[in-house]
Amino acid sequence: MSLPTLDTVRPEPASGRTDRAADRKRRFRPGPAWLILPALALAAGIFAYPLAESMWTSVSDPVLGFQNYQWFASDSANWVILGRTLWIALLSAVICLALAYPYAYFMTISSQKMKTVLIVIVLIPFWTSLMIRSFAWIILLQDTGLVNEVLSWVGLGPFSMIRNTTGILIGMVQVLLPFMVLPLYSAMGNVDLRLVQAAASLGARPSVAFFKIFVPLAMPGVISGSLLVFIQALGFYITPALLGSPSQMLISQYIYVQVNGQLQWGRGSVLGVLLLVATLLLLGLLALLTKRSKRHTGDDGDLI
Amino acid sequence: MKHRPLTRSLLGIYTALVAFLLVAPTLVVIPLGFTDKASLSFPPTGWSTRWYTNFFEDPAWTSAFGNSILVAVIVVIVATSFGTAAAVGIRSWKRRRWAKAAQVLVLAPLVVPAIILAIGIYALFLRFQLLGTLIGFVAAHSILAIPFVLVSVTAALAGYDERLSTAAASLGASRWNAFRTVMLPLIMPGVVSGALFAFVTSFDEVVLSIFIKSPYLETLPVKMYASVTRDTDPTIAAAATMIMLLTTVIIAVGLLSMRRRKHV
Repeated sequence: MSLPTLDTVRPEPASGRTDRAADRKRRFRPGPAWLILPALALAAGIFAYPLAESMWTSVSDPVLGFQNYQWFASDSANWVILGRTLWIALLSAVICLALAYPYAYFMTISSQKMKTVLIVIVLIPFWTSLMIRSFAWIILLQDTGLVNEVLSWVGLGPFSMIRNTTGILIGMVQVLLPFMVLPLYSAMGNVDLRLVQAAASLGARPSVAFFKIFVPLAMPGVISGSLLVFIQALGFYITPALLGSPSQMLISQYIYVQVNGQLQWGRGSVLGVLLLVATLLLLGLLALLTKRSKRHTGDDGDLI
Repeated sequence: MKHRPLTRSLLGIYTALVAFLLVAPTLVVIPLGFTDKASLSFPPTGWSTRWYTNFFEDPAWTSAFGNSILVAVIVVIVATSFGTAAAVGIRSWKRRRWAKAAQVLVLAPLVVPAIILAIGIYALFLRFQLLGTLIGFVAAHSILAIPFVLVSVTAALAGYDERLSTAAASLGASRWNAFRTVMLPLIMPGVVSGALFAFVTSFDEVVLSIFIKSPYLETLPVKMYASVTRDTDPTIAAAATMIMLLTTVIIAVGLLSMRRRKHV
């Protein structure tokens, strides 16, 4: 289907400079490469530079040295906050997985029309503001809110569900759920369902065929979805700030408190650097795993 | 794949519940904006439009709303032009490794946690007195919006046949004219969807905005954030409904116009 490119029809260059000039003329590029400069300048000035400076601040404020890192390591309150952040991120990923796996699986076995409906439902949150969604949860989860009212009908509660980790978790899971569904769905779409049928025709019970064939083949989606949710949960700010409590801070709120409340730029920067390093390491892992699973399934995917 | 009817219907019910969880909770803000009480209790027991009146008459809310739209419109112009130019530039850059590195740098603000960006930009703007300025808001929002434009235009460019540009040039078109009359119309769907994302990104942005605002210039999400943490006033629900309405209309118009283009 693809037509020969200019490279393949280009005659071999004979020699020297005149050829290069002719070459340049023949091989028309869509535009000059410097067109990238405005975007690059903005990214360098408003992104890379402040980031670098923030790293520098972590070893230079108030005086040059590693005192901010020592502060982080020596104060046990820091470790509690770090541990809580990791724990909430892990729980978010696990809950998202539990909710998203059946959803994505149902999508894969549904009719085309149903698939479209379900994918639109997953995409709607992407253009609904984070602020609004967290605000909606405040309304629903407050002590006299709808959720507690419904629970009281069946004789439960009332539970305190905002200003604590329950609130954070509920809000975060709802916001991050699409990031779990989409990779899962794409991984499940790559699984050759005929393999599961083959297992069934060879006498495996449906549940055995599902767990022994389908689940392992869809595993790359589980891993990338979980990592994606975990990474984002680590750095979440708005949802924890609105649904959580100051006494149970996560690391992002802690950064805000250090910088804005106590004007401890150095300490805030240390926390930022740690969060950044963790994020980048996990992203690197994600990229590595995605590359490997692509190599694994690689061309097989195209045959389906 | 075959499933027993029971398995399938259980799966369907579970899926419906998750779908409900994804969409429904957010919708409570719509009726809440029309409550007659000065509290956030839901469901409302009586109805009134006083919170909308409040929203449109309180200068603090209207100016925040106006600022949000102004910032978002400028961000759309900046991010769409910068992002499209960057996509073309990256595609044309002969040193592929450098082009790749540049692309990573432009896309990176999306993966770095917003709070880290926020403290960095806060420190920078503090020094250059850009806090609470239009240019500060536009610059900060643009670094988050440009990646969306870059990604969608790059995807559109992947299906573009460069020989069309060559043909235009050989027929005497200048580079700019070749771009404007040949390439741009063909990559337009990518440009439009990038612009839509840019608008929504800027219009919804909270974390950076909380840091770079000033009492003189703040955007709607910032005003909402302050109100949520300070008081329980259903005007927030009216504001939230306005935001949802506006973003939904923009996305819907964008999708429809793209579909029409495809049919022509």
